[in-house]
Amino acid sequence: MRHAMLATLLAASGLFAQDMPRYRWENFTTAQGLPDNRVYSVCVDGDRVWAGTDNGLALYEKGKFKVFTPADGLAHRAALSVTLDKRTHDLWISTMGGLSRYSAGRFDTFTQLNSGVANDVVYGASVLGDFVWVATAAGGSRLNTRTGEWSLYNERNTPMYEIWTYNVTAAEDKVYYAVWGGGVLEYDVKTERWKDYNDPDGETEIVLHKDEGLIHEITTSVSYVNKILWVATYFGASRYDGRNWRNFLDKDSGLPSNFLNQVKTIDGTRTWFSTDKGLAYFDGERWATYRPALDTGKPEMLVRGADGEVTHVPVDTAPAHNYTFGIDFQGDDIWVATAKGLSHGIQIKTGDSSK
Amino acid sequence: MRFGIVAGMVFALLLLGQPVPDVKNRYPSPDDLAVSPDGKRLFVVCSGTDELVAVDPLAKSVAGRVPVGRVPRGVAVSPDGTRLYVTNSWSDTVTEIDAGSLKAIRTLPAGFEPTGIAMDGRRGTLYVANRIGGDVSLIDLESGQDARRLPAGRGASYVSASADGSRVFVTHIYPNPGKWRAEPESEITEVDAEHRIVASRMRLHNVGGVFHLALSRDGRLGIAAQMRPKNLVPLAHVEHGWALGNSIAVFGDDVGGVVQLPLDEIESYFSLPFGVAIAPDKSKAYVSASGTDEVAILDLRRLVAAARSPEAAGLANDLSASAKYVLARIPVGRNPRSIALSPGGGTLYVANRLDDAISIVDTARGVVTGSVSLGGPAALTAERRGERLFYSSKYAWGNQFGCANCHLDSTFDGLQWDLEPDGFGIDIVDNRQLEDIGGTPPYKWNGGNPDLPTECGPRTERYFFRSQGFRGGDLEDLAQYVMSIPLRPNRYRLPNGDLTPAQERGKDVFERTRKKDGTPIPDMLQCFVCHSGPYYTNLQLTDVGTGKPTDRSPKIDVPQLTNVVYSAPYLHDGSARTLEEIWTVFNPNDQHGVSNDLTKDELNDLIEYLKTL
Repeated sequence: MRHAMLATLLAASGLFAQDMPRYRWENFTTAQGLPDNRVYSVCVDGDRVWAGTDNGLALYEKGKFKVFTPADGLAHRAALSVTLDKRTHDLWISTMGGLSRYSAGRFDTFTQLNSGVANDVVYGASVLGDFVWVATAAGGSRLNTRTGEWSLYNERNTPMYEIWTYNVTAAEDKVYYAVWGGGVLEYDVKTERWKDYNDPDGETEIVLHKDEGLIHEITTSVSYVNKILWVATYFGASRYDGRNWRNFLDKDSGLPSNFLNQVKTIDGTRTWFSTDKGLAYFDGERWATYRPALDTGKPEMLVRGADGEVTHVPVDTAPAHNYTFGIDFQGDDIWVATAKGLSHGIQIKTGDSSK
Repeated sequence: MRFGIVAGMVFALLLLGQPVPDVKNRYPSPDDLAVSPDGKRLFVVCSGTDELVAVDPLAKSVAGRVPVGRVPRGVAVSPDGTRLYVTNSWSDTVTEIDAGSLKAIRTLPAGFEPTGIAMDGRRGTLYVANRIGGDVSLIDLESGQDARRLPAGRGASYVSASADGSRVFVTHIYPNPGKWRAEPESEITEVDAEHRIVASRMRLHNVGGVFHLALSRDGRLGIAAQMRPKNLVPLAHVEHGWALGNSIAVFGDDVGGVVQLPLDEIESYFSLPFGVAIAPDKSKAYVSASGTDEVAILDLRRLVAAARSPEAAGLANDLSASAKYVLARIPVGRNPRSIALSPGGGTLYVANRLDDAISIVDTARGVVTGSVSLGGPAALTAERRGERLFYSSKYAWGNQFGCANCHLDSTFDGLQWDLEPDGFGIDIVDNRQLEDIGGTPPYKWNGGNPDLPTECGPRTERYFFRSQGFRGGDLEDLAQYVMSIPLRPNRYRLPNGDLTPAQERGKDVFERTRKKDGTPIPDMLQCFVCHSGPYYTNLQLTDVGTGKPTDRSPKIDVPQLTNVVYSAPYLHDGSARTLEEIWTVFNPNDQHGVSNDLTKDELNDLIEYLKTL
């Protein structure tokens, strides 16, 4: 019966919406053992899910949370970002008080006092081979884990004119930094040269030259897959394929907001956005937004077609909050860090009547 | 990254390319050994002569020798017995040897100071513990690459794989970095060989110095040799106390966790436990004591019972506990290191490093039945005699410890000690490394000893050993040995001797005479004024503002900086955990050189330069 009703609704609202991923959301808060509802980051390692919160690092495993705090060796209670080294399965936790490595129960912490890292305010890290690239409030840092050598990247040795690096992503040929107020910085692994990408309009919030460059200087996140770079800013998103830029704003795309905290692309085309007004997904043509409705707070899924038509897909659940910080994938499922809890999106398969 | 790999390989090749030193006049110094699967060969690594020696245990004779890299430390035999792998700790390589022809086949790259080694035959992977790197190299035998590094404990040194190859365990000789004057913390690092990740770190609380470990064939029981330093209390009244708890860590399903059990007895200590072997039938275990020159035979049934008993957690500090499970202590040769059992467990082989010989023990009877000489000069040099003294615990009251218990493998222990002559809680001092210190008098952090005979003589007897000291010829020999301890290769210099750009910039900082604003830096606040000369010390005492209220004098001996990168923590009392902290935490008033005008980049450069010294 429910299946029939759903099919009818979908038919009425446009069949295209069926193809967009749908989720049944389970939300976790302090009531379930999270150390804090403000979840800055989530990182999936197989069956284990790590969440960086404002009050410690949480591990969700076998239905329970385990919490790690500075008393356990974590550099600082505010764990802003959690990065998995996929080779060793060690974690790199970026905190407001330094960078911590968690390896099978042991924390090793790197601060500006005890190591060569540029600054204790660490926003993000990315692992490439034996190097750990780090984004800090005083520029980029790179740790060679085999030799212990730290290299710093700032206004003195790169085109970086603003040193507040907010996020970093490293792939086999390139490393990208999102420089908050300074656009995007690119490091070519082969040539070891730096290049910067900036908003052709300068720092204005007015888009004069759409698709001619980065949408804005205040960048918050970068994601690089299949030689496609995605950039999140507080004023829209940008996609760069090495030749052309394409920018996305809420007024001309399915982005629910121009205020983006994270972008994460799956393959360069299919891409997720964590915004202050919900979680968004772009499949290359269509957009979907998942959130509690801004007015009623009721679960909401919006699908925007290539023609711009927006359809409501009936759902029973939504992520814990509109304000989303980041996501990670667990097979077909998705985990979302929000300002009021950690959310697990369990994908609803075709034919499943769940909402 | 590519540069790092290439530089490492070039470095290794250069070291390998060095002329093989004349081995005739050198002592073999067997360090590690392994038995072939058929039991017909014993393969012995000789760190003194840079060779692997094949021994025929039946004939009790040397069957062949293979030159390897510099200062080999560990050996592993492939499960089929066709290949041997030797770690070359000064070459940062592993030599692969054909076990039949005893020919070296190829040289594989490893990390900084590869020491212990084990093989996962199923997956074709070597596990190598890198002592200076503090990590484990996973060397892929097909590609020959040091494919993955896993962080282990500080001073990662010994490795053992379970019989089924599913787990690899790693120990380390220096405690992990921790808070100042806190109990030392160590670990046994457990690697999941299938996924090639660290699966767990078994905590060893109050432990500093973990050596060989062995696993039972069923994989349910592991034993690691270890020391429990009591460095937070004054090293006083050794005759009433217990300066270092010589013990084992027992772990695995049989005991349900990790339990520390002592091997010492009242007034008869089992100093510097080092090698471990477990009988195939799991009836007994064997542990060598490289300071008291013996092997303990442990009854495993009783040992497991003790480890599972309700009072197990308290046994580590119970000097009567060992009577529950130690069946006998067999005297062997000097400085016994690794031990290995024949396939059936009927014979135990003991590498007596400072006798250049292998002891053969009949395990059924518990007696030494023979010995195999590995060669070497017949006469003992003063240095060799001194080395024997250095590693012997027979001079301390109750045989509690010798020089080598704290200067592990003639280095240091990463600990801070409260030495009795200074009074209780006064003059806490960091243990200093001993490499190439002959030209760096005075000695002690307060410069109280003008020469090594003073440092090693009456002071040692009075304040450390509490029993018998080194005198006359012995003292001269000991000092001679200490002065001969060589500098290990520095891994941070480029092979051609050039400095990297960062090191070059750091050298400029080290040698600067003016602040960045142009202001002249007073002579005594210029790095290279105090840290001058071949050892980077002016041999003077200086107040650099790091004295503590508990120090009798703020004036500190200017330490040599050669290989300073290896010897954290820093400052006279070890309060700086890293080189960075010397300046970021302990130099607020620019008394220890002018550093507060440096940017973080510049401080990093300075540290990169210091690593090359």
